[in-house]
Amino acid sequence: MDLEVPRPHPTPTSQPFWDGLAREAVCIQQCDDCSAWVYYPRVRCPRCLSARLSWHDVGATGVIHAFSVARQATSPHFVKEVPQLLAIVELDAPCEEVRITTTLVDIEPDAIAIGLRVVPVYDHGADGVTLLRYRPAG
Amino acid sequence: MGLRGDAAIVGIAEYRPERKFSGTPTFSLEQWADLAAQALDDAGLDARDVNGIACAHDVRESGFFVPATVAEYCGFRVNFAERLDLGGASSVGMVWRAAAAIELGVCDVVVGAVVSRPRPLDPTPGPIDPRVYFGSSSNEWGSPQAEFDIPYGNLAQNCGYAMIAQRYGEQFGYDQRAIAKLVVDQRTSACANPDAVFFGHPITIDDVLNSKMVADPIHMLEIVMPVSGGAAIVIASKDKARRSRHRPAFVTGFGEHLTHKTPTYMPNLVETPVGPAARQAFAMSGLTPNDVDCVELYDCYSITALLSIEDSGFCEKGEGMAFVREHDLSYKGDFPCNTHGGQLGFGQAGLAGGMSHVTEAVRQLRGDVGERQIAGCDAVYVSGTGGVMSEQSALVLQGA
Repeated sequence: MDLEVPRPHPTPTSQPFWDGLAREAVCIQQCDDCSAWVYYPRVRCPRCLSARLSWHDVGATGVIHAFSVARQATSPHFVKEVPQLLAIVELDAPCEEVRITTTLVDIEPDAIAIGLRVVPVYDHGADGVTLLRYRPAG
Repeated sequence: MGLRGDAAIVGIAEYRPERKFSGTPTFSLEQWADLAAQALDDAGLDARDVNGIACAHDVRESGFFVPATVAEYCGFRVNFAERLDLGGASSVGMVWRAAAAIELGVCDVVVGAVVSRPRPLDPTPGPIDPRVYFGSSSNEWGSPQAEFDIPYGNLAQNCGYAMIAQRYGEQFGYDQRAIAKLVVDQRTSACANPDAVFFGHPITIDDVLNSKMVADPIHMLEIVMPVSGGAAIVIASKDKARRSRHRPAFVTGFGEHLTHKTPTYMPNLVETPVGPAARQAFAMSGLTPNDVDCVELYDCYSITALLSIEDSGFCEKGEGMAFVREHDLSYKGDFPCNTHGGQLGFGQAGLAGGMSHVTEAVRQLRGDVGERQIAGCDAVYVSGTGGVMSEQSALVLQGA
């Protein structure tokens, strides 16, 4: 059974984020009222529920906060991607409260470690959507 | 704040978990009615006494209006109707909601059930719903998971628990042999429970560590075995409990806490929501973690049980591995944890896996579990976990 890997379908709210990735920038929201950085995109700030959110390109470098090497596909869609190098990346200051679900590229499973510095990889899809993956810095 | 402790679990019923179902398939509603009847019989109560029901999201014949469907099917006339959507925490959630409703005086006999036996094959099957491949992750358009997690392969349960385990190891150290010992101790208890799927199958630490790596650092034997099954409980007022057939298990404390669905967005990956839930449950009951005679901790994965030991207050944060090394967690030990074998040893029958911790606590308080009985068991702590440490609930149950 071949199931296609699910792709993101941007929404009116999230479109600026995906437009950012398409031009190889990470553009996320910040709350104008409480200054919280907001990820993923929302209509209201998850710290204070303010609707005053504005978009900013940020430096998208960060560190691996957590990871796992999935030796068994996480769903039938990902059978061909095993071992899956799944990670949570925490962005550098000033957006260090932002954590992003991603996959790692250009790294051997054994070299993955929490705290490892990583930089974004813009993975442009044929459907016009760009995924935000990460690889080791340097 | 909280319960007076005037409601009690007075009836239980449970289908024996089976890896390969040996019976005749029945509909969820049929299983619900069957288990409800068995639990009422166990309580010594009549179906006409029922005036409250607590259901979950596992009644397959009815995606919506579940309590109304169940009430109609079973002939119940109820003043309290709940449909829980807390995954593995639904069973614990049912208990405290029922107890609260009883103490408020809106009902005095509540039946709750979770059902997970196979259903008959549909004679007119439609196309396979693509949602089945996403498990409890939502791939609906507009769902945060569909947009920001699933496209990267972060879905279902294994990888989330694995990432939490990795993070835990980074902060506090990861002793593979200790966490494997937790699985082994629970298997020891499963071997004293003829109903457990792994009855008669003891294992060693090396067996756990030699089992297939599923998602680093989690091995196959650290993950529950899906089985068929189901369970029901009857919760009743003190008046009704006084006349019940068995020693009632009074609900003296509860807590519940949730903050996220996907671990990426947890406030802190290694401080799990059961912490605030447990603190509330103990404060309400007037007991401390030292006062309970055994614990029944939700254990979909070894790391879930380990973090629940820590965050429920049975040891300091970060000392769970040492705690497991230093204590015998089997029914024979100095920290009896998951005396029925846990779901790791008993099997996970869908949402009924979470109920198995509740039914075991009730049985321990009744004093009728045979070989695995804890001597003089008067107080039990129970936890429930749904999603990926997403929704967690806690109970303190006490014998009269």
